[in-house]
Amino acid sequence: MLKMTHLSKAYRTEVVETYALRDFSIHVREGEFVAVTGPSGSGKTTFLTIAGLLEEFSGGEYQLDGANVRGLNDNQRSRLRNEKIGFIFQAFNLIADLNVQDNIDVPLRYRGFNAAERRRRIQEALGRVGLSARSRHYPAELSGGQQQRVAIARALAGSPRLLLADEPTGNLDTQMARGVLDLLEELHRDGATIVMVTHDPELAVRAQREVHIVDGQVVDLAAQPRLVATANANT
Amino acid sequence: MFNYYLGLAFRSLKRNIVLTALMIAAVGVGIGASMTTLTVFRAMDNDPIPQKSRQLFAVQIENWGPDNKSIVPGDEEHLQPQISYIDAVGLMNAKAAHRQSAMYKTGAALTPANADLLPFQVQIRAAYTDFFPMFQTPFLLGGPWSADDDKNHADVAVITEKLNEKVFGGGNSVGKNINLDNHEFRVVGVLGAWTPTPQFYDLNNDQFGEGAEIYIPFTRAIDGQMQSWGNNNCNNDVGEPGWDGHLRSECVWIQFWAELPTAADVAAYRTFLSNYAADQQRSGRFHWPAHTHIRNVREWLIYQHAVQDEVRILVLVSFSFLLVCLLNAMGLMLAKIMGRAPDIGVRRALGASRRAIFGQCLIEAGVVGLAGGLLGLVLTALGLMGLRSLLSEEVGRLTHFSPADITIAIVLAVLATTLAGLYPTWRAAQVQPAWQLKAQ
Repeated sequence: MLKMTHLSKAYRTEVVETYALRDFSIHVREGEFVAVTGPSGSGKTTFLTIAGLLEEFSGGEYQLDGANVRGLNDNQRSRLRNEKIGFIFQAFNLIADLNVQDNIDVPLRYRGFNAAERRRRIQEALGRVGLSARSRHYPAELSGGQQQRVAIARALAGSPRLLLADEPTGNLDTQMARGVLDLLEELHRDGATIVMVTHDPELAVRAQREVHIVDGQVVDLAAQPRLVATANANT
Repeated sequence: MFNYYLGLAFRSLKRNIVLTALMIAAVGVGIGASMTTLTVFRAMDNDPIPQKSRQLFAVQIENWGPDNKSIVPGDEEHLQPQISYIDAVGLMNAKAAHRQSAMYKTGAALTPANADLLPFQVQIRAAYTDFFPMFQTPFLLGGPWSADDDKNHADVAVITEKLNEKVFGGGNSVGKNINLDNHEFRVVGVLGAWTPTPQFYDLNNDQFGEGAEIYIPFTRAIDGQMQSWGNNNCNNDVGEPGWDGHLRSECVWIQFWAELPTAADVAAYRTFLSNYAADQQRSGRFHWPAHTHIRNVREWLIYQHAVQDEVRILVLVSFSFLLVCLLNAMGLMLAKIMGRAPDIGVRRALGASRRAIFGQCLIEAGVVGLAGGLLGLVLTALGLMGLRSLLSEEVGRLTHFSPADITIAIVLAVLATTLAGLYPTWRAAQVQPAWQLKAQ
């Protein structure tokens, strides 16, 4: 589903070149639930934005659902992102002006679905996250947990092949976090491929597999247990 | 997607009412100022006879010689905008054009047959019969006098609908008499509304006025020794005393127009005119080489500075003001759009391409332009009301807001604001979703 091989991402200024990812390789298979962990500044979010086609990479290869994404133009990348990827952000990133159903409607509009199809998908997604009764509410009228569930509904509505979650419970209290995680696990059981970036080791253990990043590179956890401890201590 | 973007635009504009109001006000004030001056300019720069303006030519002959200065400011051609009686008769007798008419402005006291009405002064245009078909004057009743009437110096007249209403109560006055300076003239025709603006055939006085109320044969006016009520310019040669002396002088006081339908006619008339002046040189009247000119209506209006330079400058200034207003609107739009960068980042993450974001923001700019255009229309109406109280009655009368002006105002506002919105919109499309999302 997601395969990065010897991928690198460098940020350049006139005097300095900094690598956020270096010789980075990862392979996430279809239906997998993978947690990506690592200390702050290790490159987790950069990995996620590249995986989500929000950012270009400097070198290496990236295949998404069998398609090589190198060299795609903005339109092609946007279309691929819209069709194959669902995002769940730590800060929910709902659009404050739009009510719940209009927020979920956003990616469906760019997909070009007709009104009936969009309505059906919105209702289905809201039913899935248990918020059918809140479709007319605005984000400010919802709790943090509800907002994150709306964000998940928005990510699900387009039936993406891959869900990318960036600290999905980072802004939630324990109870709400548990609810969101239960929902992600349920989605995984239903066949969704999920890549979740997290600081939280308790969250990471609920994934099928954990990939640890340090200094922009994937680290073998079994070989370097101390790094895990360090990383955990940093969270 | 257009409707979706339109809905988003309204939603976005509602989100920050103050900023939106400022943008609309900036566009509205700019449009109001520029449209007010443009309306005045268009009224003054109007083509008064668009269907024939390329076929009608004002005639000029240099009869004062190169030592004399032209009365047209800035003109180095030594040509006067009017011609002498000698030349008017010479050109009329030659009949070298498809149609032609010498003409001048005069006037008389009209004594109505109805004893209840007091005598009053009327403005008269003395012309030849070709004046009417040449300038396509509309007749309500009757028609122009005949060529024989010109030849016979007949006591005939064409009057305007307004005068017909005043003197004959709006009835059919054709065949009835009017008394001008104690001479009876038989009415042969009544003109419908005809006020070419500006009054291109005689720009010397009252070019935005309503024109003559009565038209009589040129030959009859000369016979009646009816003085010119327009401009008389005599340079050094004021002629011998008396009317005949005036007619024999080199004073210029007559306008001369020729209708030349084809390019061949124009070329032939130029040759004729040049030959005519050469003849005058050979006869000893002119001591300089033949120098003549013909100009069609558009060229004539420009040559005669029918639109004052001050008005042109005012239009330029007001459009510069519009530019400043648009730059302000652009700044506000940029602030508004960049304030929404996080939302734009989210939309990009959810699949919006740069083109989609560009389209969305451009439609928002267009909506601001439309609202600014509507406000501009209101301000233009107020501006024109204010101008009417400042300008002369004649110009004020012309400064009405036509449907074409309304269309121009709206299209100008939407186009200008959309253009001003290009930069903020481009910036919006460049928002890096990754950076926006990382920042959160």
